[in-house]
Amino acid sequence: MRIGVITFPGSLDDRDAARAIRIAGAEPVALWHGDHDLHAVDAVVLPGGFSYGDYLRAGAIASHAPIMAEVIDAANRGVPVLGICNGFQMLAEARLLPGAHTRNAHQQFIRRDQKLRVENATTAWTSEFATGDEIVIPLKNADGRFVADDETIARIEGNGQVVFRYVDVNPNGSMNDIAGVSNERGNVVGLMPHPEHATEPGFGPDMPDAMRSGTDGLRFFTSAMAALAARA
Amino acid sequence: MPTRLAADTVANAAATPEREQPYAALGLKPDEYERIKTILGRRPTSGELAMYSVMWSEHCSYKSSKTYLRQFGAKVSPKMTKNLMVGMGENAGVVDVGDGWAVTFKIESHNHPSYIEPFQGAATGVGGIVRDIISMGARPVAVMDALRFGAIDHPDTARVVHGVVSGISFYGNCLGLPNIGGETYFDSVYQANPLVNALAVGVLRHEDLHLANARGVGNKVVLFGARTGGDGIGGASILASDSFSAGGPTKRPAVQVGDPFAEKVLIECCLELFREKLVEGIQDLGAAGISCATSELASNGDGGMFIELEKVLLRDPTLTAEEILMSESQERMMAIVTPDKLEGFLRVVAKWDVETSVLGEVTDTGRLIINWHGEEIVNVEPRTVAVDGPVYERPVSYPGWLDALQADTASTLPRTGNLREEFLALLASPNLSDKSWVTNQYDRYVMGNTALSFPDDGGMVRVDEESGLGFAVATDANGRYCQLDPYQGAQLALAEAYRNVAVTGATPVAISDCLNFGSPENPEVMWQFSRAVEGLADGCLALDVPVTGGNVSFYNQTGDVPIHPTPVVAVLGVIKDVAARIPSGWQDEGNNIYLLGRTALELDGSAWAGTIHGHLGGLPPAVDLAAEKSLAALLQAGNEQNIIASAHDLADGGLAQALAEAVLRFGVGARVWFGEIMERDGIDATTALFSESTGRVIVSVPREDDVRFQGLCEGRGYPVARIGVTDGTALEFQDLFTVEGQELRDAHTGTMQKYFGAVVGA
Repeated sequence: MRIGVITFPGSLDDRDAARAIRIAGAEPVALWHGDHDLHAVDAVVLPGGFSYGDYLRAGAIASHAPIMAEVIDAANRGVPVLGICNGFQMLAEARLLPGAHTRNAHQQFIRRDQKLRVENATTAWTSEFATGDEIVIPLKNADGRFVADDETIARIEGNGQVVFRYVDVNPNGSMNDIAGVSNERGNVVGLMPHPEHATEPGFGPDMPDAMRSGTDGLRFFTSAMAALAARA
Repeated sequence: MPTRLAADTVANAAATPEREQPYAALGLKPDEYERIKTILGRRPTSGELAMYSVMWSEHCSYKSSKTYLRQFGAKVSPKMTKNLMVGMGENAGVVDVGDGWAVTFKIESHNHPSYIEPFQGAATGVGGIVRDIISMGARPVAVMDALRFGAIDHPDTARVVHGVVSGISFYGNCLGLPNIGGETYFDSVYQANPLVNALAVGVLRHEDLHLANARGVGNKVVLFGARTGGDGIGGASILASDSFSAGGPTKRPAVQVGDPFAEKVLIECCLELFREKLVEGIQDLGAAGISCATSELASNGDGGMFIELEKVLLRDPTLTAEEILMSESQERMMAIVTPDKLEGFLRVVAKWDVETSVLGEVTDTGRLIINWHGEEIVNVEPRTVAVDGPVYERPVSYPGWLDALQADTASTLPRTGNLREEFLALLASPNLSDKSWVTNQYDRYVMGNTALSFPDDGGMVRVDEESGLGFAVATDANGRYCQLDPYQGAQLALAEAYRNVAVTGATPVAISDCLNFGSPENPEVMWQFSRAVEGLADGCLALDVPVTGGNVSFYNQTGDVPIHPTPVVAVLGVIKDVAARIPSGWQDEGNNIYLLGRTALELDGSAWAGTIHGHLGGLPPAVDLAAEKSLAALLQAGNEQNIIASAHDLADGGLAQALAEAVLRFGVGARVWFGEIMERDGIDATTALFSESTGRVIVSVPREDDVRFQGLCEGRGYPVARIGVTDGTALEFQDLFTVEGQELRDAHTGTMQKYFGAVVGA
């Protein structure tokens, strides 16, 4: 099973996403923003970072990169696509996901071990969770405040497109505590927290039983693998 | 097209020997100017004057400190140099850490810009040190910052704190480098002169090592990265306005402006160039810009260099030749490339959309010659610019006030009797309080290799994902101790950073230092400097850790009052497998808590004396470097036997503060008793709680490993006493007082918020 990770100029967590895919048991494939080629991967990850320095708007320039034409086409064909942080912003800018992102309400960059509730365990990236599961995933962003108009919020809440919600602390002022959303079909998911940073014991978030032991992020990738296996 | 101003050519300089030049405004002394004329056999052109003035500045030439810094190269043992691949003098030192891996690291100051423009000053401080790391052929993998601000309640402090922290956050996060630790201190001595010392660490395979030299006649000199603009030009505008009074450029900003996105792309681009072996020599552009890069590359090479300066890509086409030579625009690198590899080089930079221009080539003339639109404006021997600058033996005098200060001991300060109140006051004091307000704005996760970070004693990063090989780093300096005794103060900084690395389970192997002092023209400051360097050099010899590089920052003062001497010491350690790292706090109840080391009545210069009594006087705690060495060895042995559940260094605030931090780390409480140590060491409760005696660590040990642990300590003859057990959520000092976990947390986290706003995500 091959999962592509696209590197844009200014991508930062691309190597980490590749490592997480490897730990999950799939083969990571490095993809380049300037190519019109997904190298026939089975799923795509748009990693975190500050593509193009977040100039203009976070994710705005990258959403027009050459490879995004192929990403949009693949997403419309039902290929699992995951946008993490800056990748989430790109998917929103590319209109593959609803909503948009503005500067954190408190105006500062924030990094914390964030508790999330899984609101929809039927998407391509969450099938290994149960709805209502509480998980801890590192969060780090400057422009992570999820916003949308009332009609969009009502629609995505009604459709079950809100996939993750912040628990205990809303770290950036996101509407309805929304941390992650999906498209209607459920194959495209985006979230602000970084599941790839909760995949390896010793390097993840602090958990009640041990320091840096959190690996809740692994199930994002095993979910995609299960979804792909079911399709095959 | 803007009109190009005629440059002052070499021929013109030879023809107009009497022309007056603004050397004094550029910071050159009359005798230095005369020396330049002697070297050249004529007056310098304005371009040459620009180059000499910046390269002979204190910042670039180390003219006041050079004679002292030689000790770092002289006081060395074979053990110290065994694993040193590159020592002082290059962009950063490089240490062999085994299995074909090497680690390079360096700490550098960006103090003055960070006061004038805190955000950009701090941001470009990070950017500059990271480029030093890239220049060695390494991938940067971590950053850290040692920060000193003015009094927390001074009206100007919030401006500087907000600016500096968001500048570091903005640049470091956007660059994708985990920020793994550092220090934040407040003291009114830093009021108009904050210290922003930025550290970066990089890793490389041995074969990827690159150096800054221009060798091989005919090889191309290539400038790549951001375009050159008018930022970071101090003196060049003086030159320009002097030479061309009408219609010349306006005064330029003195502080550089950073673009972390450009730097991130530059990192990846450079790493690809290294991987494909397309670069012979490389140098980053920092202070003194092109002047520095060309003269240093040529000096370290084997010939000369010829540059056509008009080929530099400009952000502002009105820049004069002198301004281009001096510009400190960020995110630029200069490489030496063989002609047959130039095409490959240009292919890689094009892939990364990095702008590039070939400026010239390596020659065999022995001269650095720079042309401007066909006219020769610089013709110098490069070493005279970059290496053979002036060396000063500044007057040194023992401070007249020091004897009285040292006689004013804190030992006899009144004991208030309310130890609980004192404990909480210390925990909430600006310097000992929780720094999440700062560190929550830094990414520590990116790259996925961070094994330890704030608030642990040291940061730790995995180097090799297969074997788990990693490094640890910690920085320390206590300016109050150094004010009392700079020799001992420097050794205390070294000892504490060394201990902070040892408690993580790593073995200390090398240091980098950033020596922040007042004006070298003040003989008492020069005395402080000389003593601190001597202390550090002697200390490194005693601990067998070499100085690999660093930087000196003089002229740090508020008005006429110099800062406390602040030699920030960064210690690098190596650990075979980061999985064996030791946490700083308690994670399990029911473990025994031991205090390693003895406690003496050492309250002089302490946080207790400062916070409770507003007192600074006496003599700082004694340092026993042999004991520090055996303590580190003891911790390593205990860690190898896997019997140490946690270890935390004792420093500012003493045992009480260390215990509180160990509770706060994961919320596991403790019951502790001091009867045994008070009797053994002959000390009172205040001393037991707050003394800052060195060579001390608290460790927690699972009960089943008790006998082995005690045997280990006794076998090595290191003082050890069981002082408590981990339990519940409160911190109970038996027979003294108890503080509930929530009260501890409230006291610890309230202070920064009170002055700077809410902690995000708290």
